[in-house]
Order: sequence, then C-alpha cells, then structure tokens
Amino acid sequence: MSKETPLWEVFVRPRNGLSHKHCGSLHAADEVMALQAARDTYTRRGEGLSIWVVPSKSIFASDPDQTAENFDPSVDKVYRHPTFYDIPDEVGHM
Amino acid sequence: MYSQGLIGADGATEETEEFLAAFQARIDREEKIEPNDPMPEGYRKTLVRQIGQHAHSEIVGMLPEGNWITRAPSLRRKAALLAKVQDEGGHGLYLYSAAETLGVTREQMTEELLSGKAKYSSIFNYPTPTWADMGTIGWLVDGAAIMNQIPLCRCSYGPYARAMIRVCKEESFHQRQGYELLISLCNGTKEQKEMAQDSINRWWWPSLMMFGPHDAESSHSEQSMKWKIKRFSNDELRQKFIDATIPQAEYLGLTVPDPDLKWNPEKNNGKGGYDHGEINWDEFWQVVKGHGQMNRDRIKARKKAWNDGEWVRDAALAHAEKRAARKTQQAAE
Amino acid sequence: MSQALFNALLELGDDHLILGHRVSEWCGHAPLLEEDLAMPNMALDNIGASRNIYTYAGEVEGKGRDEDQLAYLRLDREYKNCLLVERPNEDFAHTMLKQLYFAAFMEPYWQAALSSTDETIRGIAGKAVKEMAYHIRHAGEWVIRLGDGTDESAKRMQAAVEEMTPYVEELFTMSADAKACAEKGILPDREALRAQWSQTISNIFDQALLDLPEVKFPQLGGRTGHHGEEMGFLLAQLQYVQRAYPGMSW
Repeated sequence: MSKETPLWEVFVRPRNGLSHKHCGSLHAADEVMALQAARDTYTRRGEGLSIWVVPSKSIFASDPDQTAENFDPSVDKVYRHPTFYDIPDEVGHM
Repeated sequence: MYSQGLIGADGATEETEEFLAAFQARIDREEKIEPNDPMPEGYRKTLVRQIGQHAHSEIVGMLPEGNWITRAPSLRRKAALLAKVQDEGGHGLYLYSAAETLGVTREQMTEELLSGKAKYSSIFNYPTPTWADMGTIGWLVDGAAIMNQIPLCRCSYGPYARAMIRVCKEESFHQRQGYELLISLCNGTKEQKEMAQDSINRWWWPSLMMFGPHDAESSHSEQSMKWKIKRFSNDELRQKFIDATIPQAEYLGLTVPDPDLKWNPEKNNGKGGYDHGEINWDEFWQVVKGHGQMNRDRIKARKKAWNDGEWVRDAALAHAEKRAARKTQQAAE
Repeated sequence: MSQALFNALLELGDDHLILGHRVSEWCGHAPLLEEDLAMPNMALDNIGASRNIYTYAGEVEGKGRDEDQLAYLRLDREYKNCLLVERPNEDFAHTMLKQLYFAAFMEPYWQAALSSTDETIRGIAGKAVKEMAYHIRHAGEWVIRLGDGTDESAKRMQAAVEEMTPYVEELFTMSADAKACAEKGILPDREALRAQWSQTISNIFDQALLDLPEVKFPQLGGRTGHHGEEMGFLLAQLQYVQRAYPGMSW
C-alpha cells in the first residue's frame, strides 16, 4: 500500500462581497501545494478570486444521529421571525 | 454505463426491515443522502463501486485522447483537446472525492484499478488511430456520457449529485468541440470525410455498448433505480442517445454502420424513434472482462504513471513533514 | 526592421510552442492527479502565448502566413527555439526544472516588454507576465520539495540541475535580430536579465538545498537552427497530420 497524500477541502470566493463557498476536495502534501492544486483544479473557468484550503481531518461535523435533537427544537420558535408580530398596516413598513 | 462493472456485484445488505424501509422512505421523499447519514451497506457499496468506476473511466479516458495532443493539426485544436483531456482529469478528481466521502481513499481505489479489480467504461479500450477519432469521441462518447450523467445530477447521494452537476457544466463544451471537429472534416476533402466515416464505423457500436446490457440482463439495475442512484434504465438511455444522434449524423452526411436501423413511428409512445440492429454482446463482454484491444495498454500506462510518480509523491510528503517539524521548532523557540 | 522583428518573434514563439509541447506530453501521465491538472494549465499558457506571437509574426512578415503555417510548416532548421525547451522530459525533476528555468527568464523579460515601443508586444507581455509568475511559483515549489524531500528525490533533482544548467546561457544570448529589436526598444535586452534570473533561482535553490553548478561549456545552437536529435522526433509528431494531408483545413 502506498503512502496517502492528505485530503483537503477547498473553499472559493466567487467575487468580493461573497463568502467563500465549499466547492470540493483534493489531495496535496502541504498547504502550499493544496492552494496551487485548488487554483489549477477549481478556478479554471474564472470561478473565483480567493481560495481557502482546510485539511479535511480538521473538520468536525455534527452527528446525523443527533439531527433531531439538534435542529428540531428550533422549528417551533416562530416568535424569532418578524412575521410572528402583527403591526397595523397604517404603521407602514417596519 | 458507469455501472458496467457492477455486474455481479454484491448489493446485498443485512439491515433490519425497519431500517431499510425508513431509508427507502427518505429516498422516496426525494431527500438527499449525505456522507454521515445512516445508509444500508448495500447502498454504500454500490455507490463506492459506481463512483469509483466512474472516476476510473475519466482517468483512463484521458489516454485515448491524450494520444493525439502532440499531433493535433492546428494550435486551436491542440488547445481545445488539451483543455478537454485536462477536464477529464478534473472530473476524475471530483468523483474520487465524492467516493472518498464514503470511507474509501483515492489510493485504495487507484490500487483496485491497477490490480484489475475495479473496472472502467469499456469504451476506453478501443484505440484512437486517427485524428477523426478526436471528433468522434467528443461527439459520440461524450454525447453518450452526457446522456447518462444528466440524470445522475439528481442521484440520491448528495456528493455524487454535486460532483455530476460540476461535471455536466464543464462537459458541455466537450461534445460541441468534437462535433465541430467532424464538421471541419466533412466540409473538407474526400480523404478527410473518409477519415470521419471510418471513425464512426469503428465507434458507433462501442458507443451503444457504453449504456450496458439490455435491461432484462441487467439484474443490478432494479435496486439502483429503487435507491435513485440510477434514474433511467440502460435501454431507455440508449434509445434516447440513438434518437438524438442519428439526425446529427445526417447533418454531417455520414452514416452509422447499422443496416437494420430504421425509423419507427410507433416507438416512444407514438412520438417515433429508431429501431436498431442487435448489439454484439460477445464483444462487449470480452472487452469488459479485460480482453479488448487496448485493455492491457491502458492499465500498463496507468501503472507506469503511478509507479514512476511514487518518488515524487513521497518527496512531497517527506518535505511536508520537514516543514511541519520546522514550524513546531520555530514555535517552541 | 520587419525581417529582424519577424525572426525575433519566431525565437519567442518557438520557445513557447516547443516547451508547451513537451509539458503537454505529461497529460494523463503525471505523478499525481492534481498535477495532471496543473501541467496542462502551464502547457496551455505556453501554447496560448505562442499563438499570439505567431499571429503577430505573420502580420509583421506580411505574406499571409497564419499561426498554424508558422507553427507547423517549417523545416527543422527553421525553428529558432533555444535548446533548453526542446530537451526531453526525462522525469518530473527535469520537467519542473526546465519550466522553472524558462519562467524565471521569461517573467522579467515580459516585465521589461511591458514598456516596449510596440503596442502588440505590450499586449502579449501583459498577459504572459502573470502566467510566468505563476509558473515560477508552481515549478519552484516542486523544485523545493524534490530538492529537500527524500534522498532519491534530492539525487534526481541535483542530476536534473547538472544536466539542464548548460542550456540556460542560450536564454540570454542575443541574435543579430534580437539585438536590432532591442536597439529600437521593441523587445527587451536578454543580456540584461541575468541578475533577475539568478536572484529567482538562488532564492529557490537555497530552500531546495541545491547548488547551481558553474557552467564552463554552455550549449548553444537552437537560435540558429542547430537542434538536438530529439527535436526531429518532436517535429515529426507535431507536424504529422499537416504533412500527411497537405493543404487541408482542420
């Protein structure tokens, strides 16, 4: 079995004013090569102006088994949304 | 077509009925399955094999066209071909990444390809002896691939679907560049047109074989359809491909080598479509099992690249370790 | 003047085309998949630059020759590229070093060409200078990793340095045509770029733990069409279709 070249996650900012967005992964021995590979792989058609690379092993994900306990409790908190509150039309936009 | 190598694969799972039913219900609700979600082992295995095979097809697929990069007859064509073959490498990369979310490494997949354990699309085991083949591959082979890949953009497995969206976006120029190349040949001299016709004579049947065996013989398909890994059957996609392609061949003034091909107005629920002659399945199986004209050469080329590159990959890793150690040392000082 | 400019443009165009050709030979055979994407990018930059240069050369010549006629339909002795770029790829170390040596020269060359008296040259330079800056970075990072990687990679890298360095001198030498163009301020003076080249290379070699050998016998000849044996095979491939089916359009 040959040695494994580490996996990286790539985030590209399409243009200034927007966030970096996850666009894929690649393999590289270190961060310098990962950035170059990201440039050569994910920005060949003018897709971006800035790149982040993050070692995949540094990403910690929430547990899908806890999806319900994590996210369901927020569903019924309708008072967090502006439409929950009645404001008379005469008041105008608020 | 990227499931050619799944033939005979073990999609069996040992989960409880309740688990499988709950999973199926998610699929039926058109929910996407994401990497860490619970999934039947058979679903995971099928995807690993299919995405892996799809990735290998892209990588091996670089070879028959790469063969002509240094001989492309104009600089414009050379740049387009180089960019296209590069794209195929990129598609392989996206797909390997999608498979890696299922717990296999690229190195493992690569070794399965090199050992012959993993398959790739049969089409890439045919040689590209003439420049016209660059046009025909773009038009027919990429055309067939697009036919197959567009429904994969809606595959139930999120990372595979996302990779396919990216691939389809990039691939849209591939078929056009191939067809345009053939237009140049067909508008050219007699020799050029003959070169184009000869190329289509060689690639037509192998392109139809890309879609895989008839539905009746494709036992694996049913489960993949149920899991929405696959959206259309082999025969449905093949028919769509033929119906789309024949008018394009007519425009070029070229024919396909099928004496039994004829328009059938009853087909496709009365919309009409082409009946075609029988595919030579003996040839198909021979190629799938590793005995096509170029099977050995393709694997040999991949092995050579992988083995010759080992010292480079090792050097990069060794250097990365040194860099990291230096950084730690600097931080300690 | 236009004859001198035409010839000097061929020197430039041929350098880019032949180097691009060599790099493109790697496509599908790279040591890792990421490099199968990186190398075609460099090849496309080089081939793209050659197209712009040939197109302009054709205009300067005024005989109606286009980029393809210049790229494909000359005899071996009429190609004016330096010997460095035609050298076979050998291995990844040779390939990256060749790319680095060339880009470390071309980057300051195009930088200087940004103030050319010729508007078309300024346009070509504006695009190419960025490409060459990236090639220095990409090839340079690899040279550093191979030089300071494993014992084997260090050995291969140093072997590449010994083998390729004698071909560097030709980048700086000025043909009569190049001189004529430099005197008019159309193209940069190649001689003047030595210090910048050395600076770039020594920065990288310091990190790569490589020594730049002293060259006692520089290898010259490409500019006057005295090419090595491998060049004939390269041209046989490059020109095959055009020669086998003369006068057709593709």
